[in-house]
Order: sequence, then structure tokens, then C-alpha cells
Amino acid sequence: MTIIIFLFFVLLVIGLSLYLGKKAKTSSGYYAAGGKIHWGVNGIAFAGDYLSAASFLGICGMIATVGYDGFLYSIGYLAGWIVALFVVAEPLKRLGKYTFTDAIDSKYNSRGIKLAAAISTLVVSVCYLIPQMVGAGVLVEPLLGIPHGWGVVMVGAIVITIVATAGMTSTTYVQFLKGGLLILFSTVLVVAVCVRGLTTQPDQGGNVPYYEYTTLAAVNESGQIKVSDAGWQVVELQDIESAKLTFAKLAKDGKETWWLVSEKDGAVELHETQSVVTTRDGQRLINGAPASQDNQLRQVSNIEKLRGASDASTGSVSPIELLAAVSDKDTQINLWKEAALTDKDGGKVTIYYQKVTPGNQVMRPGLKFKVQGTPLERADFLSLMLALFLGTAALPHILIRYYTVPNPASARKSTIVAIAAIGFFYILTLFMGLGAMINGVLNPADSNMAAPLLARSFGNILFAVISAIAFATVLGTVSGLIVAASGAVAHDLLDRFLNLRMDDHQKVRAGKISAFVIGGLAIVLGILYKGMNVTFLVGLAFAVAASANLPSIVMLLFWKKTTAKGITASIIMGIVSSLVLILLSPDLFKLYGLDPATAPIPLSNPGIVSIPLSFCTLVVVSLLTGEKAKALKLAAQQ
Amino acid sequence: MLHEPATPVGKDLAATYKMRLGVLMFLFYSLFYAGFVAINLLNPLLMEVTILPGLNLATVYGFALILVALIEALAYDLFCRRKEQTLNNTQNTQGEGN
Repeated sequence: MTIIIFLFFVLLVIGLSLYLGKKAKTSSGYYAAGGKIHWGVNGIAFAGDYLSAASFLGICGMIATVGYDGFLYSIGYLAGWIVALFVVAEPLKRLGKYTFTDAIDSKYNSRGIKLAAAISTLVVSVCYLIPQMVGAGVLVEPLLGIPHGWGVVMVGAIVITIVATAGMTSTTYVQFLKGGLLILFSTVLVVAVCVRGLTTQPDQGGNVPYYEYTTLAAVNESGQIKVSDAGWQVVELQDIESAKLTFAKLAKDGKETWWLVSEKDGAVELHETQSVVTTRDGQRLINGAPASQDNQLRQVSNIEKLRGASDASTGSVSPIELLAAVSDKDTQINLWKEAALTDKDGGKVTIYYQKVTPGNQVMRPGLKFKVQGTPLERADFLSLMLALFLGTAALPHILIRYYTVPNPASARKSTIVAIAAIGFFYILTLFMGLGAMINGVLNPADSNMAAPLLARSFGNILFAVISAIAFATVLGTVSGLIVAASGAVAHDLLDRFLNLRMDDHQKVRAGKISAFVIGGLAIVLGILYKGMNVTFLVGLAFAVAASANLPSIVMLLFWKKTTAKGITASIIMGIVSSLVLILLSPDLFKLYGLDPATAPIPLSNPGIVSIPLSFCTLVVVSLLTGEKAKALKLAAQQ
Repeated sequence: MLHEPATPVGKDLAATYKMRLGVLMFLFYSLFYAGFVAINLLNPLLMEVTILPGLNLATVYGFALILVALIEALAYDLFCRRKEQTLNNTQNTQGEGN
């Protein structure tokens, strides 16, 4: 049933695409859907474009694992639409034709702007493409049982087909369909969560028995841990000093497992964890036994105490009651954390352990973003919120959607529809994320699957529908990104910058060839970046977009002294500074396998530095070149 | 070929009004958003305080940021449409979509 529903969606999307493809013969049809899309359809398609894998998979997963901090992304992403509506929507529609470059180059006709803006579109689109492709692989793996890489190839092939057949028209209707279904079925999922209610022993509706993790009593004899139950032997102890954690490897009946050591008032306790060990000879062990179809990591995360009670259930609750129960200071939630170490035999060990966290801490910022931390950690939080707020109105695949409607008023109205649809969805993300957190459905090794796994706890049909929609989410967003990127190559670079003087038919063909190349690149990157957090990557794409594009758009509209050279310099500064800051940041050092503490740039989010830098560059270069132009003009007159 | 719009756009006499109104509403929302960020940075524990039955400040402020965005958007559209109808004639109206 799962596969049938999934294939139905995919075939529907391709069928729609082929049908609409017959209507897109001109470059206006390919890049801007002929400018004839109804504002209501465009508004929902905006939602479809925007609610990407990062929103549906990433935010829900982050809320499920770190609580309110994940919801900060929802707030920031939505707030960004205010910039789009009040500052960008109507002027952009008046200025541009097919691409972001059209709008900012409309007053100048400058080769420098064309080149810089096209590169910026490509860079931002590729940064945004990577998490979408990674998300596709993550989804397909459990759904169809095929490896991550093949999932990415499948998405790439379908998307290239969609984009190469019809461009913006099919992309728009695919996004409209997907955006509408995503909001509808997410609502269904939230209603199901509320009807099920809260319990301290979640069993996924009776389908998966609740697993009680064991705690063992032990004694500390001069640094030697001894378990009170003589059946258990301590094999080795490992300290992770940076996290102030100690883990013990215990053996019983020939099976070795990892336990978290805690010591309070002289009493020692060992708490059962889950572990994945890759031994030196390449064998993969899960919880001490060889990994297999039947031996996988258990799904986790639940309420330990509900308003102080260890064994409690509520029955159906309203959404407000659900939030109130989770935020109660006497509610305790078992969140799962990850630690990595190397055992004495040289095996690489990843340990997943429980951390009991009070509800009042879960439901305010602080578990991921250290708002009570050092000034630098606080600056990082500020930087993220700035990039999210300013990034939306600078995303190329969002900006080009303004060209698909017939007039500026329609651009405004479609933005309002988008705000309504996206805002409603983002409220749902809080309930879906918390639903996954309290229902024992999380995969401790991959938070991205929180929403689909929550759906599976309500039955395979809802799981299949939600997964198919999530897959369509990836398809739609990738399609939009590839249209934007192929427009940058064919329209901005080949036609405008290199002045190849292509006719209408050649422009469409160039766009389709570009779509093939960029789609191929996306497939490769999606495979290479397997395992990266999708929301994190999208947050970085927002920072690059806000740094490279937003200063030009805003200053072009509101500062008369802006010059072409100022815009070109600002875009280049925005791209280079944000990328350098990201590549040298602690998070990326962690991905390279290096010590994050040695990263030369201490910030994880670059926006707080790169956005003002880009603005300043534009102002300084504009003032310098504007004065120079004025002086030359005066000299010529004399 | 220069950068003409994808579809022909007539003169909009309300454009200046809409731009000024947009900037004002943007500034108002920016202040509201900045307030949320500032509380988190300066006094994060305030976000735990229950201000509506069962709901803490973090939840209420977060939802309010989403709802205020929608309310402002609808108000902006209303004011823009009124101005467009007043200033632009029926043929040249920019206030109607397709």
C-alpha cells in the first residue's frame, strides 16, 4: 500500500508536468509561466516552494529533539515574509522579467551586475539544493527500502524531467498541489496527536510495546566501578571530558553494551543507552549484537513524568492543553543525546543516551542555542535570527515566483496568501515536533524523519501519504531551485552577460540543458553530503542569500546614490564573506572531522558579520564611484 | 534586449503611498521581532513565565509573531486597495488580480 500511494503521487506529478509542458513553448512560458498564474494559486505555490525538506523534515525533527529552539526556525522563516511583502514584492514585479538579476540590473544594464547576480543565484540555489537532495535520500531509504544514493538519483531524474518538460508552469502547479496537500495532511496529523493525548508509556497506538530502559546500582571503589548485580562485568570506562560524561562498557552473557555513569551523593547508577559500534574489522554492532533487519536502533523519546506523575495518561487533549502539559515545570521529558568515542579495541562507538529535561526548559529557547551562554554564543543566536528574517526576501527561487503573476497587486496578494498558508503550517510544526518528542517515535540517529515516523505510529496509510507528500515537497522545491539556477545560466550568463543573442527557442533549450547539468550536480552533492542536518544547511543558505542579495535589493529601491559598481561589489562581498565564514566555522570543522575549538571563526552563523559588511561595501563603493562619475561628467562639460 | 517586465505594467499612482506604508509596517514588525530576540538575549528565563492559562511567554510571543504578520499583511492589502481605487482609474487599476 505504501509503495502504491507513493508511486501514485510521483506519476501524478510527472503526468501533470508533461501535460502542462505542451503549453510552455516560449521563454516567457518556461521562466515565468507566461506571467498568467492566478495570485491564489501562486500564493499556495509560494508555500509549496518555501515549505521545503528543511521545514517539514528539519524543523519537526529539531523541535522533537531540542524543543522550542526548533520552533525559532519557524518564527524566523515566517517573519522573513514580512520583508518580502512590505519591501520587495511589488517593486520587484515592476522591475524584473525572468530572474533576480533582471530586477537589480533594470536601472543599470551593467555586465558586472549580470555576472555577480547570476553567480549569486547559482551559489544560493546550490546551497539550498544540497539539503533537499539529502532529505530525499533520507525519505526514500525507509519508504522503498533502497539505499540513500539511489533515492537521490531517483529524485534528480524526476526533477530534471519535470523542469526540462515545462519549466515554471509545471513547477507552479506541482507546488500548488503539494503545498495544499502538505498543509491538509499536517493538520490531520496534529489532530491525531491531540486525540491520542499524552502518556508516560507511549506504545504507538498499541503497535510497538513501550520499552523500559534499565538502571543498575553500582559502587565506586577508588575509581573502580562495580555493578551491584554480579551478573554484570565492567569491561572499560570512557570519559568524554568536553561533555563531562562517563560511559561504561558492561558485559553480560557474552554481550557488551554501553551505559551512562551518573554519581550523586556517593551513589552510583548506570543507565542503559543505545549504541552503534563499528569494529576495526568493519562489523557493525547495534546494542551489542550484529546489525540486521530485526536488530535496529529502538525508536525513542517520551515523557518521563507528566506533571509530576510517573505513570499517567491524559486521553484526548486540546492543542492548548497539549502545550500546557508539555511546558509544565513538573513534566519531565526524556530527550536523547549523542556522544562519540573510540573503545579500547579501536572500534568507533556512537552512543545515544537519555537526558531528562524539565518541560519548562523544553518550551523556551536554550537547549540548542545558548541564550544564557557566552557573549559569542549569544551573538550566534542573534546572527541566526537576523539571517532568517532577512534571507527569505533574497532567495532566488522565491523571487522569480513574483514574475509568474500578471501585475504588482497580484504579487502582493499572492504573498499574503503565502503568509497565511505558511504561518498556519509553522504553527502545526510545533505540534508535530512535540508529538514526535512525546510519542516514542524518534530515530535517535536521524531526527529528520520525525514527522514521517510520527505519521507511521498512526498507521501505514498516513505514513505513506505523509512520506509521499514529503517526497513531493523535495521534488517541488528542487524543481523551483533548478528553474532559478538554469535561468541564471541561460538567461543571465549566456544571453545577457555573454551577449549570445539567442532567439526565444534557443533560450528555452539553453535553460533545459542547464537544468540537466545543475540537476546532475545536485545528485552528486546530495550523495556526498549524506548525513548532514537539512535545517542547518538551509539556515546557511539563508545567510548567504541575505548577505549577497538583500543589500542590493533594498538599496536599489531606497537609496538614490546606489551605483552599478556598488551593487556588484556588495554581491561579491556578500557571497565571499558568508561562504568563508561558513567554511571556517566550528560546525563545518566538525564535519571535516577536525576539532571545532580550532576553527578560526568562532561563529556558526555568519549573518551578523556578512550582512552589514555587504551593506557597507555597497555604500562605500557607490559613494566612491558616484563621485568619480560626477567628477568625470563635470570635467567633460568644462 | 533590456530588462523589461514579464508582463506589461501600467503606471501606478499609488506606488509611493504603498512604498511608504510598507516601510512603516516593516519597521513596526521589525521592532516586534527585535523585542522577541532581545528578551531571549537579555532575560531568557522570562520566556518561561506563564502569561496565559498554561502557555508561557515563549509560546505566546512565538504565535503572536506569526499572527501579527498575517494581520499586518491583511491590513496592508486593505489600505493599498483603497488607495489604488482612489488614485487609479478603473482601466489602469493595479488593485485587481486576474
